Amino acid sequence: MKKLLSGNEAIALGAYHAGVKVATAYPGTPSTEILEYISQYSNVYAEWSTNEKVALEVALGSAYGGARSMVSMKHVGLNVAGDPFMAASTTGINAGLVIIVADDPGMHSSQNEQDTRYYAKLAKIPVLEPSDSQEAYDFMTLAFNISEKFDTPVLVRSTTRISHSKSAVTITGQRENTDANIKYSRDFEKNVLLPVNARIRHAQIEKRLLELAAYAEIIPVNTVETGNSNLGIISSGIAYQYARQTFPKASFLKLGMPYPLPQELIQNFASQTEKLLVIEELDPFIEEHILMLGIKIIGKKYIPLIGELNPDIVADCGRKAHLLPKATSRKTISLINNLPGRPPLLCAGCPHTGIFFVLSSIDHRNRISGNDDELNSKLSMAITGDIGCYTLAALPPLNAMDTCACMGASIGQALGLEKAGLASKIVAVIGDSTFLHSGITPLVNAVYNKGQITVIILDNGTTAMTGHQHNPGTGITAQGETTQQVYLGNLVRGIGVKDVQIVNAYNMKELRNAVRNSLDNPELSVIIVRGTCQVIAPKISSPNYIDKDKCNQCNICSMIGCPAIQYQDEQVYINDTLCAGDDCAICAQICPQNAIISQTIVKKV
Amino acid sequence: MKDLNLIIAGVGGQGNILASNIMAEVALTSGYDTKQTDTLGMAQRGGSVISQIRASSKVYSPLIKLGQADLILAFEKLEALRWAQYLNKYSTVIINNHRITPTSVNIGKENYPEDKEIISILKEKASRVIFINGNEYAINLGNIRVLNIFMLGCASFFLPFKVQIWENVISQQLPSKIVPINITAFNKGRKEIQNVNF
Ligand SMILES: Cc1ncc(C[n+]2csc(CCOP(=O)(O)OP(=O)(O)O)c2C)c(N)n1
Ligand code: SF4
Repeated sequence: MKKLLSGNEAIALGAYHAGVKVATAYPGTPSTEILEYISQYSNVYAEWSTNEKVALEVALGSAYGGARSMVSMKHVGLNVAGDPFMAASTTGINAGLVIIVADDPGMHSSQNEQDTRYYAKLAKIPVLEPSDSQEAYDFMTLAFNISEKFDTPVLVRSTTRISHSKSAVTITGQRENTDANIKYSRDFEKNVLLPVNARIRHAQIEKRLLELAAYAEIIPVNTVETGNSNLGIISSGIAYQYARQTFPKASFLKLGMPYPLPQELIQNFASQTEKLLVIEELDPFIEEHILMLGIKIIGKKYIPLIGELNPDIVADCGRKAHLLPKATSRKTISLINNLPGRPPLLCAGCPHTGIFFVLSSIDHRNRISGNDDELNSKLSMAITGDIGCYTLAALPPLNAMDTCACMGASIGQALGLEKAGLASKIVAVIGDSTFLHSGITPLVNAVYNKGQITVIILDNGTTAMTGHQHNPGTGITAQGETTQQVYLGNLVRGIGVKDVQIVNAYNMKELRNAVRNSLDNPELSVIIVRGTCQVIAPKISSPNYIDKDKCNQCNICSMIGCPAIQYQDEQVYINDTLCAGDDCAICAQICPQNAIISQTIVKKV
Repeated sequence: MKDLNLIIAGVGGQGNILASNIMAEVALTSGYDTKQTDTLGMAQRGGSVISQIRASSKVYSPLIKLGQADLILAFEKLEALRWAQYLNKYSTVIINNHRITPTSVNIGKENYPEDKEIISILKEKASRVIFINGNEYAINLGNIRVLNIFMLGCASFFLPFKVQIWENVISQQLPSKIVPINITAFNKGRKEIQNVNF
């Protein structure tokens, strides 16, 4: 039977058929759907973990206990999980452990580009790279088998284009029953990484790597597709598809397992082709290895290091390398390249809007337009930020965030700015899911080190940015069960914060007072802003409208950045299909002319 | 077997992804090797969404090359223009005659292209450029949300897939309660597109 499956669906189904018993993850585009799919299967335990480090530790524990286990995350998640990742390589596993990491070339929705294959090299574990959904499905059983055969975690590297493309999959397997393998036996020398044991384990890792390299020579996913001998192409992942389409007659060495590399296979392939080209997305990972073998190849000289590849880019490189005839030039129409964009914006009625509008008026921030250097340099109060929907508040017209580095960074950065000696209070803004992911320890640190910062936690009751997943603050698990909810207020007080205010995200007066109180308090304080994400909140109210007779076109309402507030023929109006109505009514509260009509002004929390 | 390179373009919330899922499933069911890829923004609503569907006896890249689209089905006018570089002189463009104004235009920073600019660029690039008042038809059919299936009906007239397969896939992919209205919308689109002069 053939089915159209996305890469993520195929990974989930492949793992299910391979008998996975425990699946963990923290959401992150483009990997999120893997756990969402797997949580729907029966006889699999699936959890949203608080972060990627925890997710990997849980999966490692269940693998020790004899359960085939998997963990999935986006590329930057592996940075967070780096410590248990290295430990898992060192101890090895008992039942199979597969770590799925999805890279985001082109940064469709990420803060950086990084090539996960280098992590495989760092930890000296194998990495598999599917090039379509069929392979995504097939490689899961293979990954579990390799993991158990060589006593190693196995990395599976996906990318946005693999995870989010659908292609036909022939589903061959059925769920393998692995129940009988569940057992635990103490293995002190393997699993207790005291130096005395770890030294022995390191030797074991090196031996394992040699065995894996030998296996790489014969593993069926490293295949030669014989074509003309004048051009040989070595490729892996989605890049293989672009290359195969662009050079239909060339010979191919397709590496389903790009680490460790099959040296003999490569040498043989090289000896049978006149010109050798390596086509890979992001870094020259395969290329560097091949150059080390002393083989002459063409690679990143023409294939870009930056961004996502596509068949046009690959063809263009082929022309630059004189492997393809020159193209007839295409007429470009400049208007097409200069069309108005549709960048992401906070939704109409977003609970993040009000608090950022309050922050935007501090230091006249709302007058900065992106890179107004003069105004930027006059700002005295820094607002450190974090990652989530709310990062969009860094953009005009709100301009109310100055930093965004990685998840959980806002609180540590705020303390650092304070310790640098800045006079005014520093504000850190962080989402609820991000706070639970990696904001707690920096808050403990700030309390311990006598910080005086203001921390604003945006509690919209969901992990919105990645598509509205549950988290410990929502009290519902990945498999839809109710569980003990973690109360942010209690958590923060338990850490030792004395000044904790919990405010309604849609009450502008409350928000303004809370910020003022906090800035006036010389101690560390936390403001929890509570309001449900509009996408998941039930909608009940009718839209707001502008009374044209009262409106004097002052444009204050457009400063909140609400997409429902629009213009036509010089008159501001509210788009009634977008407006959240009195569920929000932030605009009605800030209009100096009281020209925005909404039925009730303050929403009940 | 003919190679088919199809693009569905629109704005998040118009039902693009469902339309693209249906089209890809129809191609697969019709015996084509099929790949489909959607490029969408983040969780917030209102961004550009483009879906690419490739169907042939064997498909490698899920991404279409510039100048190689056989069909662009656009749910919004500006979005039709955004992907015009994918057109060639044999292409067909079907455009929902509807404007969704981006924020940058709302606040006066950028301009929404005039209808005549849109038409002249598309006509220069493609052989058939067809405007249809999809929103109007959808509302008359009883629900603006059938726009995507109405538009699929329009596109189906130019594609080598059987009506029966379209109807089957629509019935499989939608909740049974809304299947009848969507089948009606599909057939309405397929019929109305034949009445447009192009
Ligand atoms: C280490 C890491 N893991 C995952 C992500 C993907 N990601 C970006 S923001 C975010 C969570 C956002 O949730 P929250 O903080 O509640 O903010 P919201 O989007 O709900 O406003 C996630 C999971 C990431 N950028 N980095
Ligand atoms: S998805 Fe939710 S949190 Fe994100 S911008 Fe929209 S309303 Fe705000």
